[in-house]
Amino acid sequence: MSIETNEVRKIAQLARLELTDDEVTSLSADMSNILAYIAQLNELDTTGVPPLEHAAEAGETMRDDTPRPSLERERGLSVAPKVENGCFAVPKIIE
Amino acid sequence: MEYNVVIGLEVHCQLSTRTKIFCGCSPVFGAEPNRQTCPICLGHPGVLPVLNRAVVHAGIMAGLATHCEIRSPNVFSRKHYFYPDLPKGYQISQYDKPICEHGHLEILVDGETKRIGLTRIHMEEDAGKNMHEGLDGVSHVDLNRAGVPLLEAVSEPDLRSPEEAVAYLKKMRNIVIYLGICDGNMERGNLRCDANISLRPKGQKEFGTKVEMKNMNSFRFLRQALEYEIKRQTQVLNEGGTIVQETRLWDAKRGVTESMRGKEMAHDYRYLPEPDLAPVMISDDWIEQVKKELPELPDDKRNRFESEYGLSLYDADVLTSTRELADYYEQTVKAFDKAPKTTCNWVMGELMGRLNEDGTSIDACPMSPAQLAGLVAAIEDGTISGKIAKTVFAKLFGTDQTAMQVIEAEGLVQESDPTAIDAMITPVLDANTDKVAAYLGGKDKLFGFFVGQVMKASKGQANPQLVNERLKALLASRG
Amino acid sequence: MEPYTWTLHEARAKLDAGDISAVELTASLLYRIEQVEPQVLAYNCVAPELVEAQAEAADHLIHDGKAGPLTGLGIALKDNMITQDLPTTCSARLLEGFVSPTDGTIAAKLKEAGSVVMGKTNMDEFAMGSSTENSATEATRNPWDLNRAPGGSSGGSAAAVAADLCLAALGSDTGGSIRQPASLCGVVGMKPTYGRVSRYGLVAFASSLDQIGPLTKDVEDAALLLNAVSGNDPLDSTSSKREAPDFMDGLKDGVAGMRIGVPKEYFIDGTDPAVLTAVQSAIQQMTKLGAEIVEISLPHTPYAVSTYYLIATAEASSNLARFDGVRYGNRVDNGGDLLAMYMATREAGFGPEVKRRIMLGTYALSAGYYDAYYKKAQQVRSLIAQDLTEAFEQVDVLLTPTSPTGAFKLGERTADPLKMYLSDIYTISANLAGVPAISQPCGLDGNGVPIGLQFIGRSFDEASVLKAAWAFENATDFHTARPAL
Repeated sequence: MSIETNEVRKIAQLARLELTDDEVTSLSADMSNILAYIAQLNELDTTGVPPLEHAAEAGETMRDDTPRPSLERERGLSVAPKVENGCFAVPKIIE
Repeated sequence: MEYNVVIGLEVHCQLSTRTKIFCGCSPVFGAEPNRQTCPICLGHPGVLPVLNRAVVHAGIMAGLATHCEIRSPNVFSRKHYFYPDLPKGYQISQYDKPICEHGHLEILVDGETKRIGLTRIHMEEDAGKNMHEGLDGVSHVDLNRAGVPLLEAVSEPDLRSPEEAVAYLKKMRNIVIYLGICDGNMERGNLRCDANISLRPKGQKEFGTKVEMKNMNSFRFLRQALEYEIKRQTQVLNEGGTIVQETRLWDAKRGVTESMRGKEMAHDYRYLPEPDLAPVMISDDWIEQVKKELPELPDDKRNRFESEYGLSLYDADVLTSTRELADYYEQTVKAFDKAPKTTCNWVMGELMGRLNEDGTSIDACPMSPAQLAGLVAAIEDGTISGKIAKTVFAKLFGTDQTAMQVIEAEGLVQESDPTAIDAMITPVLDANTDKVAAYLGGKDKLFGFFVGQVMKASKGQANPQLVNERLKALLASRG
Repeated sequence: MEPYTWTLHEARAKLDAGDISAVELTASLLYRIEQVEPQVLAYNCVAPELVEAQAEAADHLIHDGKAGPLTGLGIALKDNMITQDLPTTCSARLLEGFVSPTDGTIAAKLKEAGSVVMGKTNMDEFAMGSSTENSATEATRNPWDLNRAPGGSSGGSAAAVAADLCLAALGSDTGGSIRQPASLCGVVGMKPTYGRVSRYGLVAFASSLDQIGPLTKDVEDAALLLNAVSGNDPLDSTSSKREAPDFMDGLKDGVAGMRIGVPKEYFIDGTDPAVLTAVQSAIQQMTKLGAEIVEISLPHTPYAVSTYYLIATAEASSNLARFDGVRYGNRVDNGGDLLAMYMATREAGFGPEVKRRIMLGTYALSAGYYDAYYKKAQQVRSLIAQDLTEAFEQVDVLLTPTSPTGAFKLGERTADPLKMYLSDIYTISANLAGVPAISQPCGLDGNGVPIGLQFIGRSFDEASVLKAAWAFENATDFHTARPAL
């Protein structure tokens, strides 16, 4: 299994990672390498094997519809990189 | 070429819970930006979602009301995309194992009921809100709405016209309001709808390429958008073009749908079973309990109105189109305890007309069911005629008087004394001897003229039936 | 002996007897930190004034007779557990300086217990790594040999315990991140059953595998610390509803009659002969103590690393999506549009290993690959869990090496990520199956650095794991060996 650099760039876009050319090259090699190893799973016939989707025991895990105080807004905003008018500010979203 | 239209709807209902779906913050609209947020709905590092039981309860209710199978366990999944209003970089939704599946509901179009399949209903969290207007080079993010609970109901592509789509959306809205799980407010976005629409040549079995449409936040816009899209697609196809699978936005101001192409990234949602939430177990006991709690649903109420009150399917359907209207009608009928048909006519005719005129809805109706019942009673016992009743209605509407008080104060009681009626007829006949002669000579049509004159002379208060009877007798006596 | 060398239970006894105050005990630890931390680099953050304030508060509790088992005891937290009094950085540039507005459940429990949080320990960035070299700050050193790695990702916690920079520490274990550094640093490290300890407040790496657990100087301390952090948490719906037992109960009952499985797949090529020898002696030791050794097979073990790296990276790519520079964290705004901000922030904020895993996980979940990778891995995960379930029908616990080798040199393995991944082979299955496992010292290798012995148990049967480990520890003195610093 080999991951070409254009595919690396596509995945990086999906993952919102701006990679340098060097990173693309080395990731292409690393990922190809790792996926080649992982291909060993194809040796196993897993027909009919239920996927283990959840590690937690099934059971009653819901909460009651009881309000709890929200976080004081200033505390929530205090850790944000940029704040305006009580909102998180981001570079303009082009619509 | 002629085409058949194929439409499927996705309806999002914001649930009227006290807290958000995964945290204890209030979901109520209208707070200052970011006042109703906490580390969980802000997607802080290290925090975890815990499912609100009331959301599952609402999901079960919606599923039972639409004849769905309730899946247990059902599973939450993460749907990934990056957007500032989506704090975690994924939306917690349901994917391949939703809470409800394989349901249906019935709509009434052109007097016929039609069954529309429901593929699924699932639970999910809403996103926050991005604001751009009036801002330069920056957007603002308010996360009060992030984590507000939604149910999304996805229909089968069973709808064949904009009318059916609107009827379906009305029915869906009606059901969630009946259930009390959503207020159905479309202006505020508490009930939203997306549509998938495709055309196929008449007789073809395969569906055509579908277009997804968004931003239709009223019944009218849904109809207009679908009508526009049908025209657009028909034209493209007739000109030999092909339909592009895409998302289009309805622009209500311009009355057109516009492609979002190029404005959204190619989506690859990378669904992942949500590892932070255990599969949702729903016991049979829980389902049984919800069944017992279910209110009478629109279809059941409609059927009961038909049989119990002897109404037509159409009338019963209109009266049960909202829970408030149905309740108003029933309270009116119960207050008088007879004449359900007359009551129906008055509710659907005069009352709805007046409310429409005033731009108010039935839940803000200034006339109480008891007031209207009093009016109907006065008609039924002959105190006033149907015609006078309209005058009484106009005077009664918006007051806190009873119908009888208005009738008496205005002296509108119907004249039903034969002697008094004769006294009104005689001058009319005396003043029109030529017409009396003509009538007696065989011009039967003139009878209506005499009735009109007498009613006019009585200022509409004469009992019309008695006028007919006495007029015939007195005319005959002059022959 | 200096107070900083004490175990939790030794320090408890002295505090309760009034031989020492919490302030004095803490001062000893702070002194040790001042002396040794510059060489070991175990901590991302220590705030002496906060530490002293907690010690004073603890002394009040002790004075008022309200002391609990952990009151006044200096405990270190891995820097991926949120605390409102100290920054939580996950050793990532992206989170440098981030202070959570709230405490996680572990921090809250320690506060309530009156214990003294010494500071936040270094780790591989977002817990991704096996050497603590993937830290945005400097790599932590192995106290046994400062040229060697302490293991990871809880390398800071393990090194802090080994170097007496705290009495005990908490770490998180996703594929061995507590046990492997415990093994490499010669301390006890335990991963409890998935769901035993709340994950609320643990910055997620791979949510279905992550579990918080103790790193301690001996097995009794592991039981004590586990007692303090176990139990259902309404804020974590994957935390078990089962009542947590008192892990001190039966701890010292011995292993006579206990059936101990030795899986043949865990003694393979590539494992250091010194490790094999040490573990063989441990097997003999257990036999001597009255346990019955049963050779068993866990046939899907060779697939564990592949399975783990698919599941862990897929979940990681998802869990790390929230670090977008919008609501917290260090944004890189190059004056471009929103997309440019996202890409630049994440490019600058994440290190190479984190990027590698985000990329791998994104790939495995992307359209067209889900079934081939993620779903396939979940199916194999079922088979691996099934292997263990069947094994535990025959035996009470499993005995294995923790890591194929002792501590390796800094920089030795960073060039080949796959080789680094393969070194997790013995610890990963317990995470995939969700079962408890402990690592404890069982010797030194040819380089004079510690070797770890692992016991793996049934789901929610930490008691048997602890009992076996305590019996071994009690019969040997490996745990008393200390690095010369």
